[in-house]
Parts: sequence; structure tokens; C-alpha cells
Amino acid sequence: MSETTNADFGPGAGEVFGPTHAEGGAELVQLLTPEGERVEHPEFSFDPGDGVDETEMIRGFYRDMTLTRRIDTEATALQRHGELGIWAQLLGQEAAQIGSGRALRPQDYVFPTYREHGVAWCRGIDPLRLLGLFRGVDQGGWDPRDGNFNLYTIVIGAQTLHATGYAMGMQRDGVVGTGDPDRDAAVVAYFGDGASSQGDVNESFIYAASFNAPVVFFCQNNQWAISEPIERQSRIPLYQRALGFGFPGVRVDGNDVLATYAVTKAALQRARDGQGPTFVEAYTYRMGAHTTTDDPTRYRLSEDLEHWKLKDPIARVKAYLTRNGLADEDFFGTVEEEAERLGEHLREGCKALPDPSPLSIFDQVYAEQTEELAAQKAGFAAYLDSFEGAQA
Amino acid sequence: MTKITLAKGLNAGLRKAMENDPKVVVMGEDVGKLGGVFRITDGLQKDFGEDRVIDTPLAESGILGTAVGLAMRGYRPVCEIQFDGFVYPAYDQIVSQVAKIHFRSQGKIKMPIVIRIPFGGGIGAVEHHSESPEAQFAHTPGLKVVSCSNPVDGYWMIQQAIACDDPVVFLEPKRQYHADKADLDEAASPAPLFSSRVVREGTDVTLLAYGPMVKTCMQSAEAAAGDGLSLEVIDLRTLSPLDMGPVLESVRKTGRAVVVHEAHVNLGLGAEVAARITEQCFYSLESPVLRVGGFDTPYPPSRIEEDFLPDLDRVLDAVDRALAF
Repeated sequence: MSETTNADFGPGAGEVFGPTHAEGGAELVQLLTPEGERVEHPEFSFDPGDGVDETEMIRGFYRDMTLTRRIDTEATALQRHGELGIWAQLLGQEAAQIGSGRALRPQDYVFPTYREHGVAWCRGIDPLRLLGLFRGVDQGGWDPRDGNFNLYTIVIGAQTLHATGYAMGMQRDGVVGTGDPDRDAAVVAYFGDGASSQGDVNESFIYAASFNAPVVFFCQNNQWAISEPIERQSRIPLYQRALGFGFPGVRVDGNDVLATYAVTKAALQRARDGQGPTFVEAYTYRMGAHTTTDDPTRYRLSEDLEHWKLKDPIARVKAYLTRNGLADEDFFGTVEEEAERLGEHLREGCKALPDPSPLSIFDQVYAEQTEELAAQKAGFAAYLDSFEGAQA
Repeated sequence: MTKITLAKGLNAGLRKAMENDPKVVVMGEDVGKLGGVFRITDGLQKDFGEDRVIDTPLAESGILGTAVGLAMRGYRPVCEIQFDGFVYPAYDQIVSQVAKIHFRSQGKIKMPIVIRIPFGGGIGAVEHHSESPEAQFAHTPGLKVVSCSNPVDGYWMIQQAIACDDPVVFLEPKRQYHADKADLDEAASPAPLFSSRVVREGTDVTLLAYGPMVKTCMQSAEAAAGDGLSLEVIDLRTLSPLDMGPVLESVRKTGRAVVVHEAHVNLGLGAEVAARITEQCFYSLESPVLRVGGFDTPYPPSRIEEDFLPDLDRVLDAVDRALAF
């Protein structure tokens, strides 16, 4: 028997396997080029749905993405002014989030990471509510049941299991595969390229596959997990991992809102129809820092960023609308005015967010309060009151 | 009245909870056709179906993580961790998610999840099958932790834990599963879940125990009675929150207390109980509160586990030291 070495299996160290990092490869689903040209794809097409005007929808995407970017730049500025402790920036990922977010139906449920500000926007969450976590006044200031949008999860990947369990609950509730478009539902689990290395993400793939759960695993591969490049997480394109778990994987141009919408919509429909999970790898780029505490100049080249700026998700939609006479200066001006008002809402609102009462920390540890905690609360209240001039 | 073992009591309690609430689902490794490696879920899948008794893939974080999602959707998952030493892959989900979601959401999302863990040693098992991880969970705000010690408590406490809107780590003394039988009166009304109970009255020293050590303490008290010593035994039952009322009342009477558990003594439940007794009835104490437990070593190979585990002699040795102080 001849000796078998590692070299017989797959690519050797340093060998490029699959598409190169900067281009996304031939398998990338794209419907709108960076230059703003519509292109055909054999499997996926942009279909706004019955009774929906295509141009209106694309103009809506432009508005959504522009306002989402304003949320991000405004929050970044608020952090610089000391109003937020930290902010997780999404600059460059607007198309991935708006395209997937607009593919959802009201009855679908979303499990975000801590960066899905654009998806939150699509689910009707007041962006001001997103700031509480980063300002330090709460740990999620919205009701997840409004808009079916879970609270942000900071331990990366943990939410993919919650999403899978939630989807298993939908199966048990009989809201999968009935054929009723207002009833059938699915779940989207957002995560990033870094989280794809987590055990929980891999376990969620196994659970979702075993139980054929209606989950779309939506991975925004923004190329960087803080300072670690995608090559440290995976030797193969991430979407190809799905095959090993027994469900389809698709790589979509995450900076193309039309393609992201089309691919997510198809994946969600598969899930609602009872055909199980899909992995969507939205190939994109984190144009900003990981968070406002990060300094990307320490670990990546500025040419890289310049290259991706040419693929800007908003610029290509604007180019498309302008070149085809589908939107005029009035339209763009109106969106800009709306962005200004949104910015003001965030600036004024953020500063007005009240600090919680120190005594409130005891109240929601349990659904059924314990005597122990009630006693600790009373003791702490008495202690606070013992200071001269204390306000009860 | 029927005679039941702890295993039967838990099985009957689970069945009752599933009958009473269609949202109760049982999930874990081998809980379906096999009925669990200890047969605690025996027959449940046959009667309630695969949607409610779920054989999960062999991934503990997955069990707890998907239970979180099910709970968010309105279900009441009862998760079985096959053995104490296998809970750690799920530790992040338990501590960072299950325990904190109610707090994080300011009470908007409840986590009525029961995490059943067969715990403790004494069954001659290989490594990772005999551990007592209770302190790791009792130390975590947001979790509640209980342990049953006998068949009747098993029947009632599992139902009460499932009905609780908070996550409950439910520790089952595995060496007691098939050991003793007791009479179950299904018409009786049980004590509240988060309450301790005096199980033997006495006047000289208070023994405090839970789970498998309750039996050891009862045997110790029986033996001591032969020497003219009167030991009071309290089954703590709830480890978080602690129910200190009966404990303090007892120590005010006896003036001496010995806490007994299989878990390592260092930073174990005994340390917390001793501190609280000292804080709350210092002037009633005739001696320091003593602790008897597993040594601060990893659980040993099973041929010498009897040396590691507290037994009647080690409990009585501590009683003698408390009395001699």
C-alpha cells in the first residue's frame, strides 16, 4: 500500500482554491454591475412581485440604502462626540442588508448580529432604538415581537442556533409548507465570515439540515473579522460549505441590492415551502472599521479599500436610475432631505435617551422575582438613600 | 398510592407535564426510542410523537441554542444533558444566552427552559460521567438551580420546574435513579419548588445536603442516633435561590451546622451556605460551619471514587469536630 499524504487531498497550502478574494468568482450571482448595468443570470432574476412597480421598488432600495448609510454615519459621529460608547459600522454592506431585509414577509423572523442596522430599518425598528445598546442605556431597546426582529446578539454565531430553534417552532406551529402565502413563514439568521468558524454556526447547520428547518443562513462575508482576513477562516469559498451539510449554498454579490433581494427571496420561499435551509453568502466588504474602536490601517491595504469603493452598493443604483431616466434630481434631493431629518432625529434623540435607574437592574433578572433579589434591591435602595441629599 | 423509583417519578412527572401543556417539548440525545440512557424519557416519544420528543444531533450547544429559539416561539423545552460532564459544550448558551435573555429584553422574552442533568458519582463510571457542576450554574444570575433527592420530589419538582417561567437547571442524582422506592400520592399538594425542607428533626447538629447526599446524611443521622446524638437533616432542594429560612431556624436551635455535597469544597455551595449562616445567625453558632465534600481534585478513576465521595464516616467525623469545637 502506498503512503497517503496530505497533499493528495484538496489544495496544498498557499494554493488558491476557488475564486480570488477581490472578484468573488464566476459563481457570483449579479444582476446589477458596479457600473449600474442590469445583467441576466440563468437562475435568478429580479422580480418585484405582483402589482409592484419595478422602478418604484428600485427607487425604494436607493432610499433605504441611503437612509441606512445615514444611520451609520450619524451613529459614528455620535460615538466621536462621546454620546455612544461604541458603534458597529455597516458602511459598504447596505445592499446586502436592504436586499435581504426587503425580501422578508411580515410573518418571517429575523435573528441579527449587532451590525444589521439596515435590516432593522426594513423591519420598521426606529433607528434610535438601536443606539441604546451602544450608548449603554439598555441591552436592546426594542420589542423583538414588533417587526419580528430579535435583539442584537453579541456572542458571534450564538443566534444561528436560536434561529434554527425558532424555525423548528414554526414547523411545529404548522406555518411551513401549507401553500398559504400569508401563513407560511421562515427565519433568517444573519452572521459574518468570522462567525462561520464558530461551533454554534456549524451546529446550527447540522440541526437545520437534520430537521429540514425553514432557515436562511445569511452570511455577510465582508472579508474581515476585525483584523483577520477571510483566508484565516476558510480554505474554500464559504457558500461551498453548505454542500457538506446537505443543503444548497449560493454566493451573491452582496453589493448588488437587486441580486441580494432575488437570491434571498428565492431562499426564503424554499424555506417557507418546506424545502429546508439555504446558505446565502453575500460577498461584500466592510468599508469602515469593525467598530469605532478599531483601526483597519494596521492590517489592511488602502488599495483594497479603493478597489471596493468602485463597487459601492449605493452608487451603482444611482447610476442605474440616472442613466435610464428613472429618477431625477428632485428624487435624490428628497431622499437627501429625508436623510437630514433622520440624522437630526438620531442626534437629538440619542442625547435624550435616559439612563436607567440603578435600582432597575434587579427587576428583570427573573420572570418570577426571588426574595433574595428583592432583599438586595431594598438594601441597595436604603444604601443609596443613606447619602445626604439623596433622591429616592 | 403507587411505589415508584426516582426514575419512574421523573418519567411520570414529565408525562404529566406533557399532558397538561402541549407546548412542552422534550429534547436531547437518545431521549426518543431509547428513552434516554437512564430511561427517564421512556415511552414518551411513542405517546407524544417525534415533534414533542426530539432526538437531537449529538451537539449540546445545539440542544440549548435551539431550545432558546423554541422558547422564543412559545415552547417550553425540557433539555436532557446526557451526563454532567457533557454540559460544558452548552455552557456558553446557558450562561450567556439562556440566563440573560429575560434581563436583556427587559422581561419581553421569557426563557422557560428546564435543563435536566444527571449528576454526581458513585456508579463506577468513566471520566466525565460523575461530576457535580452545580456551583457553576448557581453562580450565574438568571438561572435557577434545584436538585431532587427522592422519587416523590422527582415527580413533583420536575413538573414545577417545567411550569416555572424562568430557566431551571434540574439536577438529578443519578445513583438514586433506580435505588429506592417510595409511595407516590398523586393527589397530594407538593411543597413550593424553591423551598428547603427538614427531613429529620434533631437538636445537636444540623446537616445540610441536597441530591445524593441527603441519603448519606440520613444514614449518618441514623447511625449517630445509636450513639445518642440527635442530628437534624435538611434537604436544601433549591440551590439558587437558596431558601435560608428553614436553615437558619435549625441552626438557631442546634448551634452547629455541617454542609455536605459531592462537589469540590472550594467555592462550592457549602461556602455560600456557611457564609450566610455566619452572617445571619452568628450569635447562635457554637462552632464554625464545617464543609464536607469532594476534594479539590478532578473526579478520580472509579475504583477509588468511594474515597473521594463523602460518606457516612466523613460526615460523622465532621459532626464530631463541630461538637468538639
